[in-house]
Amino acid sequence: MSEEMMDDEVVKKMAYINRRAPYGSIYALESLEVVLIGAAFDQDVSLIFADDGVFQLKKDQETAGIDMKNFSPTYRALEMYDVEKLYVSKESMTERGLSEDDLVVDVEIKTDAELADLLDDQDVIFSF
Amino acid sequence: MAIEVNGKSFETDEEGYLVNLADWEAGIAEAMAKEDDLELTDEHWEIINFLREYYEEYQIAPAVRVLTKAVGKKLGAEKGNSKYLYALFPYGPGKQACRFAGLPKPTGCI
Amino acid sequence: MSILHTVNKSPYEKSSLDSCLRYAKGGSAILFYEDGIYAALQGASMEEKVKGAAQNVKLYVLGPDLKARGIAEDRVIDGIAVVDYAGFVDLSVEHDKVSAWV
Repeated sequence: MSEEMMDDEVVKKMAYINRRAPYGSIYALESLEVVLIGAAFDQDVSLIFADDGVFQLKKDQETAGIDMKNFSPTYRALEMYDVEKLYVSKESMTERGLSEDDLVVDVEIKTDAELADLLDDQDVIFSF
Repeated sequence: MAIEVNGKSFETDEEGYLVNLADWEAGIAEAMAKEDDLELTDEHWEIINFLREYYEEYQIAPAVRVLTKAVGKKLGAEKGNSKYLYALFPYGPGKQACRFAGLPKPTGCI
Repeated sequence: MSILHTVNKSPYEKSSLDSCLRYAKGGSAILFYEDGIYAALQGASMEEKVKGAAQNVKLYVLGPDLKARGIAEDRVIDGIAVVDYAGFVDLSVEHDKVSAWV
């Protein structure tokens, strides 16, 4: 989309909430694809990873043994798509025994209360 | 669909993208370029190889604006711009170069 | 008559593990696979529940599914045996029947 067209557009705050583990269902991959395609529209995008969604960002995924595509490296490409606001639920991490070192990409860890405020601040929320 | 290279046939999708990334060999890029009336130069190969490395690292075929930005970062501003890349790949550096590189159609290119 | 129970859903999202544990009698076995493998993670809130179950039943987890999800074997709760696909088949054969908690 050209710069000229964008000038008239309103930039909306959009949050994607990712709550599913990566390979047991198609939600995680679908969300990632929507985010990448949506990135063409220059909106103010936040990605939230909560509940089992935190497992999407787990380091060291190797999927050859289950014959599925490992899409976890793609989270590291998000920055080049100007998707830079990645938030992870602190409570969800703790519940699953994960720490920030377990994650494949730099994120901001926030409490659920902080994430609730962040949601309040959005124009649109997409749930996956 | 399929593309023939040195007597071997490689499966492609309805838009001409290679179905199995692992099938790729340089001859496939040459054959695809020939179909598009292009002769591949070192400059073309620089971008094709860049795309293959990008895919290896991020498991994604970049959208054209992301490719342009990433090329600029890696190969310099004189190459990281639309004019340079479109001159090399007239059907679009995202779509055409990704096709030659054996990658899927870029995510985010409609 | 011993049963191999299988759980392929995350214990954080579905009640499959809880149901399985209510029905799994002493001497039976439980295999975690697909998203079920998250039950085997050390230091998680499920650990006590899973360790408790290990007192009565044999616990297994499918290696390829651990690997796919980035869970190293040294992060698996002690007492859970890691098996490959052939091991999954062996377990199915060794038990009289399979009960899948999907």
